[in-house]
Amino acid sequence: MHRKKKTVNTWFPEQSDFAGKDDILSLMDFTAVELGEKIKSGDVSVVDAAKDCLDAIEKSEKDICAFITRIDEKEVIRQAEEIQKKIDAGELSGPLAGVPVAIKDNICTEGIRTTCASRILSDFIPPYSATVVSKLQNEGALIVGKTNMDEFAMGSTTETSYFGVTKNPWNLNRVPGGSSGGSAAAVSAHQVTFALGSDTGGSIRQPCAYCGVTGIKPTYGSVSRNGLIAYGSSLEQIGPIAKDVRDCAVILEAIMGHDTKDSTSVKRKKPGLLSSLTEDITGVRIGVPRDYFNSGTDIQIKDAVLEAVKVLTKKGAVVEEFDLSLVEYAVPAYYIIASAEAGSNLSRFDGVKYGFRTKEYNDLHQMYKRTRSEGFGDEVKRRIMLGSFVLSAGYYDAYYMKALKSKALIKKAFDSAFEKYDVILGPVTPSVAPETGTSLKDPIKMYLGDIYTVSANLAGLPAISVPCGLDEEGMPIGLQLMGDCFNEKDVLKVAYAFEKTRDYQKSPAASGGKAV
Amino acid sequence: MSVLIDEKMLDHLGVLSKLELKEEERKKTCEDIGDMLKYIDKLNELDTEGVDPLVQIIPMENVFRQDKISNKNEKDKMLANAPQKKDGQYVVPRTI
Repeated sequence: MHRKKKTVNTWFPEQSDFAGKDDILSLMDFTAVELGEKIKSGDVSVVDAAKDCLDAIEKSEKDICAFITRIDEKEVIRQAEEIQKKIDAGELSGPLAGVPVAIKDNICTEGIRTTCASRILSDFIPPYSATVVSKLQNEGALIVGKTNMDEFAMGSTTETSYFGVTKNPWNLNRVPGGSSGGSAAAVSAHQVTFALGSDTGGSIRQPCAYCGVTGIKPTYGSVSRNGLIAYGSSLEQIGPIAKDVRDCAVILEAIMGHDTKDSTSVKRKKPGLLSSLTEDITGVRIGVPRDYFNSGTDIQIKDAVLEAVKVLTKKGAVVEEFDLSLVEYAVPAYYIIASAEAGSNLSRFDGVKYGFRTKEYNDLHQMYKRTRSEGFGDEVKRRIMLGSFVLSAGYYDAYYMKALKSKALIKKAFDSAFEKYDVILGPVTPSVAPETGTSLKDPIKMYLGDIYTVSANLAGLPAISVPCGLDEEGMPIGLQLMGDCFNEKDVLKVAYAFEKTRDYQKSPAASGGKAV
Repeated sequence: MSVLIDEKMLDHLGVLSKLELKEEERKKTCEDIGDMLKYIDKLNELDTEGVDPLVQIIPMENVFRQDKISNKNEKDKMLANAPQKKDGQYVVPRTI
């Protein structure tokens, strides 16, 4: 498109403080907030943004495969024009007005197919939108598509999707992580400026770490789960995936809040997250669990995270090592609880009210069984059966109750840690993104990759993943910062201060080049 | 106290989960679930004697509301996704 070259001088570079600005070619190279400002000031129109977004997706989607469903181009432009009218009329003035967004495909969007990356929902068109989707639309965000994920969010690689494998924008032979792999890859490849993901055991943070972008899992109960197709209800939260910490704060502020349609939603005043975006972290107490650097963690990740510790210390934070304890019990407790809830939540898929139904059956029970057996993939079936087992008569106490008691101990360990520290710092993952096709062969090893992320879900804590370097092979490394429940502010503050010390790392796919 | 997932247990889990595995999937599933249980047994190292199970992270009370209808009649919208329907109702195989 020639249009870009013509307009490039009008919106670049003077107002952008976003690192990496030297080679801005598309409006998708800006952060969501920057793009929102440009739209608001009239530098660019919503249609410009929509066109650049569609172009960016078109350009790299063949390589990345981040989307399950892309909204028809004409429809996107039509909606962009509508949003522009509302902006011009002063009806929309928020920071995300006119900004294109991609939504993970387990979040319901009225009239837009929502599959959970499963055959069983492959033709499901929700009759309503999730609360978070309505909130974003009310802010004027423009939905351009639904992103790929592990089937029912069960997985760490986005390889269990019925709709194909998403590739990592840093290296097409590697996985983008999961389960929000499509959302993280779409942001990392600059197909969109931001996306929504969901995090049940690390499904926002781990793909963000693997794809070199930023994402936060909020405190349990702070973002409505209404319209999120349930997997592990007591663990999961929807959250933003974006290019930087400021975007995360702005998007989170837009989607959080009490919702009567989610009975676990918490009534609290809006925290005013933007006020936490200061670089002053003098005196902030940061605890670094020794147990997060065990022998299973790659040495290059250790080094990158410890380098971040040095940087934060220099900026005035008080950093201390400590023993968190119980870290190795988080993954087994998580898999019992998540599988139990999955078994229960996924019982609704029976081929009657919506979704896929098997072709041949003699009676109702056979119809249920065949529908489910043909509709679900291997990983989903495995977790449903494990869930049935841990809840079954004779094993309930030994497994499910044991896991809930272990969860209580893990929560207690965090409670005492947060008496001493404002933020807990560590790696997001023990290794960088693995090669495609290697993880599913050894599920236990894959599950162990969640060791540093699942605790935040068990304890309900807010936790962010921010890029903190590249390994020798050029793959991104993520830094994790966790806060006590409802203390998103300190998490964002430390993340923001850290981010300000570094340049933005742009993926090869986003730079217009081909990832290896 | 590792539990053996054998053919009989797999059948039982199939009944509970409403799943019917193909012959070629069965052996691998037994092994996979068996491996997971072996791994999960690590929790037995933890002394949880006297610990109260934690279900809900955020302390909450029951939420009550008036039983008032707030949405419109969305029958057609609901039925639109049904794999089989007739005369405004879901069609299922004969049950009795």
